Amino acid sequence: MTAAPSFFENPSPPGLTGIKSWLLTHDHKRLGLMYMWAILFWFVLAMFLGLLLRTELMSQGRTIMSAEAYNSMFTLHGVIMVFLFVIPGIPAIFGNFFLPIQLGTDDVFFPRLNLFSWYLFMLGGLFAVVSLFLGEGFPDTGWTFYVPFSVGTESNVSLTVTAAFILGMSSMLTGLNFVTTFHRMRHPDMGLMQIPLFTWSLYATAWVQILATPVISITFVLIMLERFLGIGLFEPDKGGDPLLYQHLFWMYSHPAVYIMILPGMGVISEVIPVFSRKSIFGYKAIVWSSMAIAIAGSLVWAHHMYTSGMSDVSVFVFSLLTFLVAIPSAVKVFSWVSTMYKGAIAMSPPLLLSLCFIYLFSVGGLTGLVLGAAGTNIHVHDTHFVVGHFHFVMFGGTGFAFFAALHFWWPKMFGVMYRFRPAYIGAVLTAVGFVFHYVPMLILGLQGMPRRYYDYLPQYETGNFLAGFGGYLLIAGMVIMFVNLFVSLRNPRMAPADPWGGTTLEWTIPSPPPMENFVETPVIPDFPYDFRKFMAGGKGGGKGR
Amino acid sequence: MASHEQRHVASYGQLALILLFLLLLTGATVGISYIHLGFFNVPAALSIATLKATLVLLFFMHLRYEGRIIRYSFLGTALVLAIMIGFTFWDVAFR
Repeated sequence: MTAAPSFFENPSPPGLTGIKSWLLTHDHKRLGLMYMWAILFWFVLAMFLGLLLRTELMSQGRTIMSAEAYNSMFTLHGVIMVFLFVIPGIPAIFGNFFLPIQLGTDDVFFPRLNLFSWYLFMLGGLFAVVSLFLGEGFPDTGWTFYVPFSVGTESNVSLTVTAAFILGMSSMLTGLNFVTTFHRMRHPDMGLMQIPLFTWSLYATAWVQILATPVISITFVLIMLERFLGIGLFEPDKGGDPLLYQHLFWMYSHPAVYIMILPGMGVISEVIPVFSRKSIFGYKAIVWSSMAIAIAGSLVWAHHMYTSGMSDVSVFVFSLLTFLVAIPSAVKVFSWVSTMYKGAIAMSPPLLLSLCFIYLFSVGGLTGLVLGAAGTNIHVHDTHFVVGHFHFVMFGGTGFAFFAALHFWWPKMFGVMYRFRPAYIGAVLTAVGFVFHYVPMLILGLQGMPRRYYDYLPQYETGNFLAGFGGYLLIAGMVIMFVNLFVSLRNPRMAPADPWGGTTLEWTIPSPPPMENFVETPVIPDFPYDFRKFMAGGKGGGKGR
Repeated sequence: MASHEQRHVASYGQLALILLFLLLLTGATVGISYIHLGFFNVPAALSIATLKATLVLLFFMHLRYEGRIIRYSFLGTALVLAIMIGFTFWDVAFR
């Protein structure tokens, strides 16, 4: 492997120095890191807000905040987590960093557009912050901005939906960049069935970003038109349809769930074979299941609306379609487990976090079937069961995949290795805290406790207290994980180019990568997960302590 | 690159003809709104609008001259839009 200065030492465009070399960069890797710091900031903020919310609910009546503050805070928690962490998290950080490398190329197709997307992301975040302090403060609508409340409320809905509109634009442009790079920049020797599964998952996601995001953008514009002009699109008195808003909102926001989870599934598909020292089971099935999830997942939006007064025909059709999504999701889970079967398992923090993902995501998926079935949905609709379910998918799924990706690619991104013991302790504490935090919510929901309520009946106090306690454990685990990673930057232990024994192209180049990614023309393997050379040579296993 | 660009740019005459056709279709949209067609009011207006959009895409936006990936990508996008509208009508039509 030829030595070359890393992208940290070699700016793009050349000649830029200091902060300018970051703020004006065209390098996908630098942009990936810039997204990382911004997204982590939002994640920590929203996590803190979530902890305050659960602290408020730990005992009946007022605990630490007023009902109005509680309403604004759960909206803020939802808006930040959804639009500023979960949706952009894996694609914007790891997608930007690794998609061009896994495709054997030097950058994305539109580097300047990539930089522009980052600025849009920052501008959207800025608008969200500003809306806290202007007018009547942050919206109290929840992240769904349902009409007619969002049209009539005095709170600062207009600025917040503008923020979400801008963030949607950023997401769409990133998707456009990825699809174009996939088709136009891929190494000429790389056929479709030689592409790593993480990149495939980003490709499927990018299509959903391109096709679904305009719908929410238009919907946000309609909210503004309603607020300022009162055109009556959603008002029956003026010939409008009150359910139209919910259709339009979920047309994006349900596919958005797959924007959130598909890249996470891609991460797991990378981690599992590497630490099983075994070729991924059912490569083509995973590729097709990614595309199937992207397509089928875009056709199920109205399962959020069973109790809204929608037609029975729609309830039946959307319930049926919802169950279809379980098939490609299960294909992936079975493929991951089958990959580990008879593999030479080498335990590591990324693998442990991936195993947590499989378990927690499976619970999220199965509780989703309870909600997807129209009969049971009626009973648990808008209860804490829903809160528990979507956190199992969004956090247990995407969140743990995000942590796994951080631990898997950290040595490649920064060229340093972290300590394993704190990473294991942090991962276990996070997973245990997670279960303590969200399982009580599932039970509370089945018992009938509604979501988004500031106060509750005495019989729900034990469950809420346990959930709050679990929340503190969860955050303690995450603090250990993140501190451990950041300490590795301060006291660096250099990581080799391929610390895990990976087979995809990013492991063939130095850590951290050179500015142009490949100093020599990459040799594209016939199959991206061929571990025979490692098994024969006995290489592999973590290099951590 | 220049020759590639030149190859698929339509002549001014062709473009003017398409513009004229688009204006005629706009007139047709206005005209048909004065005729009571009952259930077919919306399908008629949507059909004319679809025809106009198709002409714009094919000639002004050069879809006619593009390769397979771009054409399939566009067709996929149109299909998604059709599904979104169609599935919503399952609710509206049977409510």
